[in-house]
Parts: sequence; C-alpha cells; structure tokens
Amino acid sequence: MYEEYAASRTRRTVTATARLLRALHLDGTLLAGLGIVLTFGLFVLFSAAGDNQALWLSQLVRIGLGGLALVAVAQVPDRFLRLLAPAIWLAGLLLLVAVAVIGDVGKGAQRWLDLGVMRFQPSELMKLAVPLACAWHLHARPLPPGPGAIAVALGLIVVPVALIAAQPDLGTALLVAASGLLVLLLAGIQTRYIAGGFVAGAAAVPLLWLVMHDYQRQRVLTLLDPQSDPLGAGYHIIQSQIAIGSGGVFGKGWMNGSQAQLEFLPERSTDFIFAVVGEELGLLGVLALLGAYLLIVGRALVMAVQCRDAFARLLAGSIALTFAIYVLVNAGMVMGLLPVVGVPLPLVSYGGTAMVTLLTGFGILMSLHARRQLLGSR
Amino acid sequence: MRRVRVKDEVLEQRIFLRRALVAGLTAALLLLLLAGRAWWLQVLRHEHFSELSQDNRARIEPLPANRGLLRDRAGRVVADNTPAYQLELVREQVGDLDATLARLVGFGLLDPDDTGRVRQLLRSRRAFEAVPIRLQITDADIARYAVHRHELPGVALETRMARHYPYGSVGAHALGYVGAIGEDDLAAIDQTRYFGTGVIGKLGVERAWEDELLGRGGFREVLVNAAGRRVEARNGDALPLRSRMPESGHDLVLTLDIELQRVAEAALAGRRGAVVALEPATGDVLVLASTPSFDPNGFARGLSRRDYLALTEDPNLPLFNRALRGTYPPGSTIKPLMALAGLEYAVIEPEERVWCRGHYSLPGSRHQFRDWRREGHGSVDMRDAVMQSCDVYFYRLAHALGIERVHEAMRRMGFGAPTGIDIGGERSGIMPSPQWKKETFSQPEQQVWFPGETVIVGIGQGYWTATPLQLAHATALLALRGRHFRPRLVRGVIDPVTGATREIPPQPLPAVELRDHAHWEVIVEAMVAVTTGPRGTAVRAARGAAYTIAGKTGTAQVFSVAQSERYNAAQLDERLRDHALFVAFAPAGAPRIVVAVVVENGGHGSSAAAPVARAVFDAWLAPEAG
Repeated sequence: MYEEYAASRTRRTVTATARLLRALHLDGTLLAGLGIVLTFGLFVLFSAAGDNQALWLSQLVRIGLGGLALVAVAQVPDRFLRLLAPAIWLAGLLLLVAVAVIGDVGKGAQRWLDLGVMRFQPSELMKLAVPLACAWHLHARPLPPGPGAIAVALGLIVVPVALIAAQPDLGTALLVAASGLLVLLLAGIQTRYIAGGFVAGAAAVPLLWLVMHDYQRQRVLTLLDPQSDPLGAGYHIIQSQIAIGSGGVFGKGWMNGSQAQLEFLPERSTDFIFAVVGEELGLLGVLALLGAYLLIVGRALVMAVQCRDAFARLLAGSIALTFAIYVLVNAGMVMGLLPVVGVPLPLVSYGGTAMVTLLTGFGILMSLHARRQLLGSR
Repeated sequence: MRRVRVKDEVLEQRIFLRRALVAGLTAALLLLLLAGRAWWLQVLRHEHFSELSQDNRARIEPLPANRGLLRDRAGRVVADNTPAYQLELVREQVGDLDATLARLVGFGLLDPDDTGRVRQLLRSRRAFEAVPIRLQITDADIARYAVHRHELPGVALETRMARHYPYGSVGAHALGYVGAIGEDDLAAIDQTRYFGTGVIGKLGVERAWEDELLGRGGFREVLVNAAGRRVEARNGDALPLRSRMPESGHDLVLTLDIELQRVAEAALAGRRGAVVALEPATGDVLVLASTPSFDPNGFARGLSRRDYLALTEDPNLPLFNRALRGTYPPGSTIKPLMALAGLEYAVIEPEERVWCRGHYSLPGSRHQFRDWRREGHGSVDMRDAVMQSCDVYFYRLAHALGIERVHEAMRRMGFGAPTGIDIGGERSGIMPSPQWKKETFSQPEQQVWFPGETVIVGIGQGYWTATPLQLAHATALLALRGRHFRPRLVRGVIDPVTGATREIPPQPLPAVELRDHAHWEVIVEAMVAVTTGPRGTAVRAARGAAYTIAGKTGTAQVFSVAQSERYNAAQLDERLRDHALFVAFAPAGAPRIVVAVVVENGGHGSSAAAPVARAVFDAWLAPEAG
C-alpha cells in the first residue's frame, strides 16, 4: 500500500519537475550534466584556490550569473536570436576594435575592456557571435553551401579571429575559428573543401610560424621537448604532468595534492586546474570528469540533431562541438599532448566571462531545442 | 544551363545527422585518447612521477650531531659546545646588498676584507636561504647589531652550537681545534656523517679522535613550497616526510691535567719551547705544551684572513707543535742513557775513573773535542761524569762503544722512531748510523761515517735529533727501570647515551732487559746526584724540593764554535744561542712523573730548562707532600 503510494508520489514529483522544466524551456539531462561538472568544479576549485576564499566565492557568483543567463536566454525565442545574430556579430566586432584601441593590457596581451564595474573580454562574446552569424548566414540557403556562401562565412570567421589573434590570444582565436568552421562542417560543405582547407592549413603552418610571437613558438618547441627548459617554458608542462602522474589511480586526496597546494603547479585555479583533478582525485576523478563532459557533449549533439530548423541545428551543433574542443584542448595541453595555449577547462577553471559565455551558449541550445516542434521548417 | 538549387529539408537533415555523428564520434574517440593519456601518466608512469613530486616538495634539513666533549683527567671540560651567535643574511630580504654590506662594515660588524668572501657565498646560495656571514660574534658586536638592527633589513642574529675551548690557548696543541671542512677534507670523509656540520678536527686530539668525537649527523625532510620556503606539514599527506635523528659523538677523557698544563705553559711564558710530562706507569701524557701557543677558539669562530696570516707568518711559529714536531739535538740529556749502554756492553765499569783535562782527541788525531768546562773535570767516575756532565768521559765512552752499538742501544730507548702517541703527527727525529748516512746523502764523500762523528754523538750532538716527547719517553724508561708504555692522550671514551666509560688500557711496549738489573740503579743514582750532588748541574733548580729528583741537564749547540774561538753567549744573536734542555723524573725511588723541557735558544739547561721542570714537579707532587 505504502510503497504504491510512495511510488506514485515520486512519479508525481518527477512529472511536476518535468513540467516545470518544459515550461522554462530547459533540458533536464543537459542540466544534470552541467550540474555535475559545475559541482565537481567547485570542489576542485575550493582546493585549488587554497586560502583564497574570495576566488571561490567569486566563482560561485559567476556560476549564479551564468545560470541566470542560461535560464533567461532559454526563454528567448530562436527567431529573435536569428534576427539579432548579425547585430550581435557587428557589436562584437566593434568591441574587438575598441579593445585594440583602448583596451587594458593584462599579462602582456590586450584582451580586456574596462567597463567600470567589471572587466569584459569581447573575444568571449565572439565565441557565440561567430557561430550565430554563420548559422544566420547559411540557414536560408540551400545546403550544402556553395562556394560564394562559404566565402562569406569564412569572412565572418576570419575578421574577428584575426583581431583576437592579434591581441594576442591564440587560444580564444582558435576556439572562435573552430566554432565558425564547425557550422560550415555541419552544414555539409563538400569533403573537397575540407580537404582543401587542411592542405591550406598545412601550407600556412610555416607562415603561421613566422607571425607567431616568440613565446608562442617556444610553447610549441617546449611541447616537443619539455626538458630543454625545465624552469622556463617547460615548467608548466613538467609540473602538471608530475601532478597528474603522482596522483595515481586514487589520487592524493582532496586538498592534499602537494604539487597544487605547495604551488609547484602554476595557474592551478585557471588553465591548469585539470592537473589538480588528476593529482588530488586520481585517475578515477579524471575519468569521472571526462565522462561527465562526454554526457554533456553527447546530449547537446542529440538535441542539435532533434532540431527541425537549419539555423537551430547548425548553431546547436556548433555549440556542442565547440564545448568538446574546449575540453580536448585544455586537457590535452595539461597532459602534455598539445602546446600550452590559453584555453580554460570549461565550467571548472576560474574565470568569469568564459563561465557566463558557456552557460549562455547552453541557454541558446536549450531555447533552440525547446522550440523544435513549434517552429516548422521553412 | 544553371541548375537552381532549392532547400531540401530532408537532405539537409540527413547531411547534418551524418556530420554530427562523425564529429561526435571523433570527439568521443579523442576523449578516450585523453583517458588513455591519463592512464599512461597515472598508472604506468605513476612511480616515476611520484618520486618527482616527493623531490619537489621535500627539502632535506640537516640536524647536526653534538660533537663529543673533551675532559681532562680530573673531569674538567676542556672543549665543549656552546651556543654562539652568528649573523645571517637573507639576500631576497635585503633591499640593496651593496648598501647593506657597506653599512655592516661601517658598524664594525664585518671586516672589509671579508666582503668579497661574503658576496661569493651569497651568490652560491639561493635568494631565500639564510647565509651565515659572521660566526661566533662577540657581545660587543651583538650590542652594536641591536642598535643598528632597523638599518639592516634581512640581516638576522641566529644561534647555533659552536666548539668552545674554555681554557683558551692552554693545551691548544694537544687538544687541537676544529675548523671549516676544506676541499681536500671532502674527498676523504663520509659526508653523511658530517650532515649539518661545517667543521672538522684539524689538529691534536680533535683531529686524531675525529671518528669518536664526530657522532653522526641526522636530517629531516621539511615541506617546502615551489619558492623553496618552508611550510607547515598538513595531515594526511600522501607520502610521509622522512627523518633520522643525529647521534652525538663520544666524549673523551684525556690524560692531560689542564691545570698542570697551565703551570707548564706559564713557566715557559715568553719563550719558545716545549714541555712534555708523562706518568711513567701508564704512558699518560700529563702535559704537552708548546709555546708560544694560540687560541683555538679563533679557528672555530672562523678566522679572518688577516688573523690567519698573522698566525702563519709569526716568526715564533705559534701553530707549530714543538713537543711533537720540534727536533732538537738532545745534548747532554742522553748521557745517562749513554752510560747505561756502556754498562750493558761492558765497555766501562761504574767505578772506572777517567781523567778529564778539558778536551779529548781520537788516537792518532790532533783534533780536539772540547769539554764545556775548559779546565776539565779532573778524575771522574760514571756518577761524577753524569752529575757534572763531563763531555770528555762520554767522548771516550762513545768511541769505545762504536756507532753501531750506540745506535742499537738508543733505538731500543725509542730514538729515531715515533713513540706511537695516539694523536699522531709526531716526528721521528734522527738516530744516526753509518747506514743512515749512506741512505740520506747522495754524494759518496758524504756517505762515509767518520770516527769523529761517533765522538760527538756521545754528548747528543752531531746528526742526532729528538723531539721533546721522545726525550720524555726515554726518560720514562729509565724511571721505570726498563718498562715502557706508549704515550697516550686519551684514556677513556664516554658513550653519551648510556654514560658508560670505556677505559682504554695502557699499552705496554717491549721492556728493555739489562744484563744486570743493578745497572738501572747506578744510572738513577747518578741522575739524583745531578740535583743533589756537590757539583750537580741542576742543584740550584732542585733546591728545597720535598721529593728527590733524578734529572739531567742538556745544552744543545745550534751554532758550531770554531776550534780556536770561545763561546760567548752575550755576543751571539738570540737565535744562535744554545737550546736549553732538561729531563727528569720524581720521586726518584717511585717515579710518578717524568718531565722533558726544551727552551729554544735558552742557553743553559740548568738555568733555563730545569726551573720549568721544577715548577711542574711542584705543582704535581708538592701539594700532597706538603
């Protein structure tokens, strides 16, 4: 009797939650995945921040802000997004120009715009503006896109990417470029263009080498041989691998990573926080985190596929895959597989703008997905 | 004709699905690759990275061992470890290093000559390390530092244990000293034992007994952060910090009597010389004095270059241990031994009389070997000859014995070979023989032994040299009538943990057996006559003693006087004057102490050396006698 009652009550609670989520245009599975990673990240950041409690609290506030943005953006009908797309792109571009002219210099790179109350990184905005603009540009055209459409889309990507790369912020530039190129890829551009792109990319490598800053070149060389400069450029890579490797299967325990707690690990609360996970929580922690990321990416892709509208599909797919690239680049760099570029671990690394941008992106994704039935194809 | 393309929703969906699937699978595959990398790092290479991480976080901090104390035979501590203040400098806390060093010099806290050394030292250490820039600073320096402290950021006063010799220069040559471990030391030592210790025994007991005194340094690992600064350990660290407690060195009980040593050094004050006093029944070295002496505390403190040069370039050689390393012609002090050899080889009888007319010539030669007394001693028997130190008697005796027998007899008394004292570093001296001459000289004409050379060996001159320790050692043999012990400075080792003393037994040497035991008494009686007889050479020095002294004076020529000249002490440069010697033991019947004294360029043994021995005898024997 009681079991039946309890079961029915549980069922009713579940049903009520589902109804609430639907009313708010939110996706339960994706939300759960985000919740897992954010909670995990807060635990790790608490340890990585050490005595700096303010840092942790500030991250909590940003998660709150990002969550609000996510819920708010999810309420925006996708047609507004589509209408706003070119304006957002243009605004982002103007802000990038503004940064180039009057921006603050932080860590030798001009990335920030001081808005008085907070500092703002316009390049972060571009992570959303570029796929928005590309999806907007392509959605009304027959797909796969023709050469003209591709050329325009490339223009939409290259101009902001060039400005960001000039700041210089190679990590963000790569991610912005990826987010736009993914739209093209998902739009179904022919494999010959993809192949051509790879060839052109390979041909550009020597050119890229020439325009790279010395420190960027050094990072690439360091990846190939970290021991060549163990206290200089190789230090990050060596220390993060020591941290992860010494963690073993079970880790040294939360708050007990000697590499992290004794400050051997540089930038342990930002770009290198993945090493803290590896050191303190071990292989199990690493696998759990990667698993949660896989859940988010997988669910986001499924949602993208379910969208009935080209704009929604392309945008949602790009958001999902850009997120995956974030994870792959950061973890790859911390584990010594990729050169050190300034890409944070999404949803875990300390950093305000990135957190808000990421959650806003997932808000867009939910908005697009929620309206899949309401908006037919055109 | 141009084909017009229209949007095909179904086709677009299919393309998207395919692309999304490929991209999604690629992402999943890459995530798997990351997991594989994590596996490689955390499972396959785990041990390697664990070690690196441990090396990162732990710094080994040495825990120095307490160096064993030195006590004299009465238990008085003659070398201990006291907390000493030292000035330390942390470079990263010093704003302007040049200005700070200049200020230290200005306040008199740093010798201007030392700034170069300090700079070099600072360069070799990390910026956050505290580097000692001056060791064992004085109270006055501490006061000056306190006044100027606010002007010296990054300069701190720290305490550490340092070797201290409470009696200062008294017995410095016997005790030795500790000094900074040098480059050449490093190769020879077990460095783990010296963990945290910057000093090593450099001379005397400190050097020879280093192994017992040192102990074993310990260490502990301390947690450091990436900047190398020490941080507090936290609970639940994955790997524990290791440590090893230091083991204190053993204390040594010396045979020296530091107060007797003080008496001996005071009696020699202002002169260059040496005193060795032995307890004949054990071989215990009661006094091992060499003057001028030096303050061993200076070495433990770290001498400035200027002070060190002052010591090494002093013409009086304060660092030179005359008692062990000074080789002097023994002069007349060996006459009793020579007489003993004469009796043993039956070339003379005690009562046999010899006429001394002030000089001696070998048969068939016109060369005159002069007696110290121009007019001669007249008719002397063995007792008279020893008592008055008649040279002619011993010229004759040596000639009668021949160099081979003299050499053999004197080797048995310990001449020409180290005594084997337990602190090493002694010289052998020379007991000449035709064989020795052949081996020593390269020119054939110099390799020949001349009969005249035998004659002067009879009065302890010529090539014959001996250390004060050898003289005391040989005299101890007479005192014990043939029995002999290896001289020693350490008679017990105390384990600091249990407090138990391990006694080191006296080490007997092969006894000298005579044909007729009564010969010993003949010689001893003659030596007693030296201090008591009517024309005894040491009567004045022995006057009023509450015990009988058996002794023999000696005056060793530094400068040979030409045949026709007269020796005039007053006209000679001080450095060319004769060395004064005296060997003696007391009480003559049951000897408790043997003393050998050498006063460089002191003139006569009777006036310069014998009073020194008397002072030592009085201090050792008189308190009980009176």
